[in-house]
Amino acid sequence: MIELSEEILLRMYYKMNQARFFEEKVEDLFEKGLIYETTYLSKGEEATGVVSCLALEKGDLASLTHRGHSQAIGFGLDVNMMMAELLGKATGYCKGKGGSLHIADVENGNIGANGIVGGGFTLSCGAALTQKYKKTGKVVLCFAGDGATNEGSFHEALNLASVWKLPIVFLIENNLYGMSMPVSKHMNIENISDRSASYNIPGLTIDGTDFLEIYDVMTKSLRYARAGRGPVLVEAKTYRYNGHSSSDAQVYRNKEEVQKWQKKDPLLRFVNYLHENRVFTDKQIQTIEDEAKTSIEHAVEFAMESPEPEITTVLEDIYA
Amino acid sequence: MEINEMKKMTYRDAIRLGMTEEMRRDDDVIFLGEDIGLYGGAFGLSEGMLDEFGEARVMDTPITEAAIVGTAVGAAATGLRPVCEMMFMDFITLGMDALVNQGAKMHYMFGGQAAVPMVLRLPAGSGSGAGAQHSQSLEAWLCHVPGLKVVTPSTPAQAKGLIKAAIRDNNPVCFIEHKMLYKMEGLVPVDDEFTIEIGKTFVERPGKDVTIVTYGTLLHKAIEAAEFLAEEGIEVEIINPVTLYPMDMKPIVESVIKTGRLIVAHEASKTGGVGGEIVARVVESEAFDYLNAPIIRLGGLDVPIPYNKELEAAVVPQRNDFVHGVYRLLNRE
Repeated sequence: MIELSEEILLRMYYKMNQARFFEEKVEDLFEKGLIYETTYLSKGEEATGVVSCLALEKGDLASLTHRGHSQAIGFGLDVNMMMAELLGKATGYCKGKGGSLHIADVENGNIGANGIVGGGFTLSCGAALTQKYKKTGKVVLCFAGDGATNEGSFHEALNLASVWKLPIVFLIENNLYGMSMPVSKHMNIENISDRSASYNIPGLTIDGTDFLEIYDVMTKSLRYARAGRGPVLVEAKTYRYNGHSSSDAQVYRNKEEVQKWQKKDPLLRFVNYLHENRVFTDKQIQTIEDEAKTSIEHAVEFAMESPEPEITTVLEDIYA
Repeated sequence: MEINEMKKMTYRDAIRLGMTEEMRRDDDVIFLGEDIGLYGGAFGLSEGMLDEFGEARVMDTPITEAAIVGTAVGAAATGLRPVCEMMFMDFITLGMDALVNQGAKMHYMFGGQAAVPMVLRLPAGSGSGAGAQHSQSLEAWLCHVPGLKVVTPSTPAQAKGLIKAAIRDNNPVCFIEHKMLYKMEGLVPVDDEFTIEIGKTFVERPGKDVTIVTYGTLLHKAIEAAEFLAEEGIEVEIINPVTLYPMDMKPIVESVIKTGRLIVAHEASKTGGVGGEIVARVVESEAFDYLNAPIIRLGGLDVPIPYNKELEAAVVPQRNDFVHGVYRLLNRE
C-alpha cells in the first residue's frame, strides 16, 4: 500500500468533505425550490472525483460529466462560483447561463462538465491533441460514467486516442447504473476496463471507494500517458447514494443495496484510515470537517447574495 | 506585388491555396480528415499539403467523423485552430453531437469562456451521380443552430477569401463547398491578405426588374438566365448571401425595394430551406410594401437525391426555371 504525505491527505479529506457538504446543500436548496434545474448528485462518488484530480499536475486538463460536482471540487474549482452557477447567478462560472451541467473553467484546464452522456470523450481527444502538438507535457483526465461507454463516441475516442497516442486517462466512474438500468443489463462484461483490449491500451479496474488505490493507480496512469505512451482506461467501481436526478423514485434498487454501499462509504474509509494510522488527532480531523462545511456555507451565502444576470446578457457571448 | 494581382485557378485550387497560406501564417492551424494526407483528399483538394506541412499538421484520421468533429472542438477550445474535412457534407450527420451540442454552444453556455475557432469543410451538392447519401445540401440544418457560422463560396475568388476568413474566425464555421464547382476556373487575388468578410451579402449583378437571391451552382444558372433575359431588355439583379448564417439581409431588402419582385433559389430541399427564411425576413421588412408580385421560391424537390442522371437533374432548379420565374413575375408568360 502506498504512503501519502500529511499534506496530500489533508487536501484530499478536506475536498472530499467539501464535496459531500456541497451535495447535501444542493439537495437542501433544491428541496426549498431555490435550484431551477434538476440535480445530478455525486454523493458516494467523492473519492473518484476528488482523489483522481489530486493526482493531476498543475496545468493538466479535465473533462467532467453531468455528475460532476465532486470532480469540479477536486479539480480546484471555486465552490462560491460553483454554487452561484447552480443558483443561476451572474457571479457563477458561466454567468448563470450554464448551470450545474456546464460548469467549466476553461482557462484553468477544466474544459467543462457535459450534459451529453459521452460528450466529453472526443473533446478530450482534442484537448489532448493540443497538448501533444504544443508539447506541453500535460495530460487530460476524461471522466465518464458506465452508461457512457456504450455510446459510439467512447469507441471512436478511445480508438483515435490509441492510434494517435494521445495523453489521456479515461476514468470511468462505474456506479452500477445507467440512470435506472443496471450494468448487467446494459453490457455483457463484468469489467468495463476489458474494453481497453479493443484499443490495445492498458485497462484497470479499481475500488472507487478506496482513496489509496485511486491515487496510486491514477498517478501511475497519468505518468504513463504523460510519457507519450498513449491513453489509459481506468474503471472505478463506485455508487451513487441519491437517485439519478432529483426526480428519480429509485424503483430499480432497494434500500439494502444502498446501505451495503454506505458501509464502505469513501469518507468513512478515509476517516478510519486517518484514525488507524494516527495521521491527525481527532481535533484536527474535526477542524478539517468544520472548515469544509464552513466553506460550503459561505458558498451558499455568496450565491444567495449574488445578483441575477442582467436580462440583456441573454444576447451576449453567442460568438467569440 | 500588385495588391490587385489576379491569377486564374480552379475553385478547388483556391480553397487549397487559402488553407495553405493560413497554415504558413499560423502554426496553430492544423488540418484533419479522412485520406487528406498521402491520398490528397477524396477530391484531390489537399494534394501536396502533407509534403509541405508534415504529418503533425496534416493529420489523416480513421473513418471516425464523430471523433474528427469532437477532436476539433476540443483542440479549438484549448488553443489550436483546426480545419477538418468531412469527405462529403452528408457525413456531418455522424458528427452532429460534437458540432451542435458542444462546439456551437460552448462559448455561450460557458458564459463567454472558451473560443472555438474551427472550420468544418463540407463538400456538398448533387450533380455527380453520387446518390442519396453523398449529394445532399444540408445547410438549413446548420443555419438553425445559434453559435455556428455557415458560409458558402460560389466562385474561386470567394473560395479563397472565405476559407481564409473562416480559419481566422474565432467561432465554429461551416464552410460548404459545392463539389460541382471544384473544376470551375476564375480569377483569384494573389494577395495573401485577401479575405472575404464573414457576415456580408454581395450583389453579384446589378439590375432593376427582378431580384434573384441564390448561391452555389444555382448562382451560375441564375447568371446564365440573367444574360439570356438581358437580350430581351430585362435587368435581373442577382444577390449572393455568401454567409448563410447569420445572414446580412440589408442588400436583399434594398434590392426588393428597388425591383418589387423576388426569386429565392437553392439546391437544397425546398421545405425548411434557407430560402423560406429569406422570404420570411423580406416580408417582415419594409420591402413588403414594395412587392409587386408573389415571391417565387425555387428549391430542390422534397425527395432524396436519385442516382439516374436525368432524375438527379430533375430534382434541382435549372436555368429555365429562373427564366420562367422572371417571366411569371413580369406577367410575360
